[in-house]
Amino acid sequence: MNRTRTMSFAALAVTGALALTACGSDGGTAVTDSTSISCVSGAIKASGSSAQKNAVAEWVNTYQTACTGATIDYQANGSGAGITDFINKQTAFAGSDSPLKEEDKTKADARCATGPAIDIPMVGGAIVAAYNVAGVDKLILTPDLIAGIFSNEITKWNDPKIAAANAGVTLPDATIAQFHRSDSSGTTDNFTKYLTATAATAWTSGAGKEWKATGGQGAKGNDGIGAAIKATANSIGYVELSFALDNKLSTAWVDNGGGAIEPTSTTAAATVASATVKGTGNDLALTIDYTTKTGYPIVLVTYEITCEKGLDAGLLDLTKSFLTFTSSDAGQSKLTEFGYVPITGDLLTKVRAAVSSLSA
Amino acid sequence: MSTTLEPTGTPVPSSAARGITGASVRPGDRVFLGLSRGAGLLILLTMASIAIFLVVKAIPALQANTANFLTSTAWFPDQSPAVFGIAALVFGTVMTSIVAMVLAVPVGIGIALFIAHYAPRRLATALGFVTDLLAAVPSIIFGMWGLQFLTPHMEGLGEWLNTYLGFIPIFTNTLGLYSKSILIAGVVLAIMILPTISAITREVFVQVPRDHIEAALALGATRWEMVRLSIFPFAKPGMISAAMLGLGRALGETIAVALILSASYDINRHITEPGGNTFAANIALRWNEAGPIGLSALVASGLVLFVITLVVNMGARAVIARRAEFSGAN
Amino acid sequence: MSGITSFEGDQSTALLRMALSGRRLPRWGVPAAAVVALAAAIGLNAVTGIDGVAGTLVVAILLFVAGQTGWSFSVEGRRHALDRLATTAIYATFALALAPLIGLLATVVVKGSQVLSSSFLTTSMRSVSPRSEGGGLYHALLGTLEQVGIAALIGVPLGILTAIYLVEYAPSGSSRHLARVVSFFVDVMTGVPSVVVGLFVYTAFVLTLGMQRSGFAASIALTILMLPVVVRSTEEMLRIVPRSLREASYALGIPKWRTILKIVMPTAIAGIITGAMLAIARVAGETAPLLLTTFLSQSINPDPFTGPQSALPTFIWDQFSSGTDASVNRAWGGALVLIILVMVLYAVAKIIARFAGVKKL
Repeated sequence: MNRTRTMSFAALAVTGALALTACGSDGGTAVTDSTSISCVSGAIKASGSSAQKNAVAEWVNTYQTACTGATIDYQANGSGAGITDFINKQTAFAGSDSPLKEEDKTKADARCATGPAIDIPMVGGAIVAAYNVAGVDKLILTPDLIAGIFSNEITKWNDPKIAAANAGVTLPDATIAQFHRSDSSGTTDNFTKYLTATAATAWTSGAGKEWKATGGQGAKGNDGIGAAIKATANSIGYVELSFALDNKLSTAWVDNGGGAIEPTSTTAAATVASATVKGTGNDLALTIDYTTKTGYPIVLVTYEITCEKGLDAGLLDLTKSFLTFTSSDAGQSKLTEFGYVPITGDLLTKVRAAVSSLSA
Repeated sequence: MSTTLEPTGTPVPSSAARGITGASVRPGDRVFLGLSRGAGLLILLTMASIAIFLVVKAIPALQANTANFLTSTAWFPDQSPAVFGIAALVFGTVMTSIVAMVLAVPVGIGIALFIAHYAPRRLATALGFVTDLLAAVPSIIFGMWGLQFLTPHMEGLGEWLNTYLGFIPIFTNTLGLYSKSILIAGVVLAIMILPTISAITREVFVQVPRDHIEAALALGATRWEMVRLSIFPFAKPGMISAAMLGLGRALGETIAVALILSASYDINRHITEPGGNTFAANIALRWNEAGPIGLSALVASGLVLFVITLVVNMGARAVIARRAEFSGAN
Repeated sequence: MSGITSFEGDQSTALLRMALSGRRLPRWGVPAAAVVALAAAIGLNAVTGIDGVAGTLVVAILLFVAGQTGWSFSVEGRRHALDRLATTAIYATFALALAPLIGLLATVVVKGSQVLSSSFLTTSMRSVSPRSEGGGLYHALLGTLEQVGIAALIGVPLGILTAIYLVEYAPSGSSRHLARVVSFFVDVMTGVPSVVVGLFVYTAFVLTLGMQRSGFAASIALTILMLPVVVRSTEEMLRIVPRSLREASYALGIPKWRTILKIVMPTAIAGIITGAMLAIARVAGETAPLLLTTFLSQSINPDPFTGPQSALPTFIWDQFSSGTDASVNRAWGGALVLIILVMVLYAVAKIIARFAGVKKL
């Protein structure tokens, strides 16, 4: 008797589960401009940089809407994990905030059956100093000021040094609540590289994916920083432009010595375009000039890392087709829409050449 | 609990059974014994391979490390030369767990007592159900809630502690910042393990034999004296194991702590200030960008966490075993 | 007590009761003390600088505790004062602890119900922008059911068999030492942090054995997390089955394995199922091991063995970290669905336990 009752409960649970699995559909009703996508069916996986997470999500949505037979999954588990995934044949390409390092390059080349692994710059991002100070609509910061704030040398908003760069702006007599990333990230890497390059005397904590300076508060991810700034009065933190826009945060103009420049997709694109290629052949590893006076200087470039030759047959066509779309005008113009930075000019031509060179 | 069970040494009358069923073991028994022993062995194998794997994977990082693994507070395993150590992680893990235990154990026992012996019967059933349900709320939800809702409301507490109890070193706050602290992470952990502790403790309280309770009351004990004299002695092993289960959950909690703490690698005894890090949170925060040595270093830290929880569990078992012997003597 | 009150009519018995139980506070004592304490706190609020409702309440509670204990001490003596103090403390801790827990549930329900709809349950996130509303978690719900289902299919029988070994076979046979070791390691397993298990499956199965990250890899991690809970709860249940039942069966000449299958297991089955359901509910919300072992997907993938497959916890994580308003709302919706799922499992387990629990003899 007890047993039958038990069984009927179990049966009920199973039926419920089955009923659930019976329905369900893939969503997505977004209408797209059916641009120059040459569809390839199949499924590929990619993983890596969380900086390009939302950009890739938009691309994937557009691609999948145009090509219903294709499935592309991008897991934003971080550049390091993305490269590990790629080397271990988990993915067709890796998203990374920095080009392959020497020891990874060897392993990545080994993963590709016949050819080398190459870095293809695909998405740029502007790293902005976003702030939440009531009544301050425009804030101008110099490298030394940013270094001072983020190394806790400058602790008050009305510090004379900040005031000197912002004549006519009423700054509050409040303690600066400074936020940095608590997780390892390419954003921190590029931000600290910028400070090392432009404010060598004021910034002594070096560069790297981990935040090494003391003081301030850490938050996890671009989303965590964005939410923290939004929720904390008199705060400042470095975050990617797209997340600052999503959270409707004010962003500081940066003056590298040639006049203050507003962080936008366009001003940052100029800096990305002026980067020099240090890689050879179709490997487009870049060196960014953080000291530039003609564009918004704090930028990061995320690469798609894949095999120039020798990518597994089942993955190659869809990977190539997808990257062809992302590097097309339609793909790149999507970036501007969401606060990412497009690749432009000569560099874009080289990117397209690199993508078209992908082969078995 | 132990008094309701048969003595663990000889729970099953198999010697008697053997006498009846004859000396020969039947094929069915052999198969069944084989299956069940196989299952046991598989567990052994799994545990052994987890341990071996962690050790093997940890070795490269430990060899590459140029700092003292136990005393260094830095965590830069991927830089060359590699520098990393677990001192800050140990401190943060222990401090958050202490805060959580100090808050959750008394309150959890209070809730269990209330439900088991103070609340009206009808209400008690419903409340028991609710605490059990809460014990099943996934920790990521505690993390999101802790980050978005509790943290803003907890800053006042930190400020208050600094103002009125600031003379006690751990409550001093020299920064004027009260968010993302060990205290807040500890409170979230406390709330998270509270249902676990109270659900198990209540289960044990309910099992206290009626005669123990009635005997105490018949002798004129007040309700509190009854609790102290009848319930606590009987339930002590169960209470300890409940607390240890809670502690285990607090030590290993990953996502919630990673979301809330302002991770930093220093030993800061001012627990109301932002900062601190734990083993589990560190794995979640560093795994994404870790290179080979970085991953290996994280595995090494996971191994240490593994050993810490092992020691805690063994300690709890030792205490429980001793208590069991005691009550077994009655 | 009821025995005494039935003599209430007799005045001499009432007097006797007074003498036996000593002087007590009048029945109105506690509410009166509470009212006085509250009034005093409000008065103090007006005179001194205690600010806010919370401050006043805290002062009122402290005054109430002090006043009641003091009064009780002078009238009833130390023991009753202590009893009243303990009672107040227990009621207070209960109220104190329930506040955040109810607050948590309320938050999840309020925020989650904003996005919860039938389309949220029946569509995936495929081709839905992080910035736009809509989409759903069907793919993640399916993934969780499959991953947890596979983990249960492996973990529950394995756990039950191990428990049978520990309880029914090991204590008598030659393998007592082996049983002790197994028992010890089951305990060790209970304490292994879930992120460490995730790290193990990732490094062993994915990095070393070259397995693709998949729903099944997650199932392995969940199985490891589930096993010790199943073993322990099954053990408890088997031990509660009365010895007399087994002896009666053996006396009838029924072999041991049939006794276990036909007599012991059916008696304990409800409790065993409850334990298994609780273990399943516990692992259904695990996040950290899934982040390491599965490959996140936005599309429906019914195959847990190949290809990326999402799960509810990773869906929540993913949406939460996209950081847009729409995606964070979806994360709360996912949290609500996950809580409901886990609670349904819990409730089913509890109902089974209530209606068909092992009767202790």
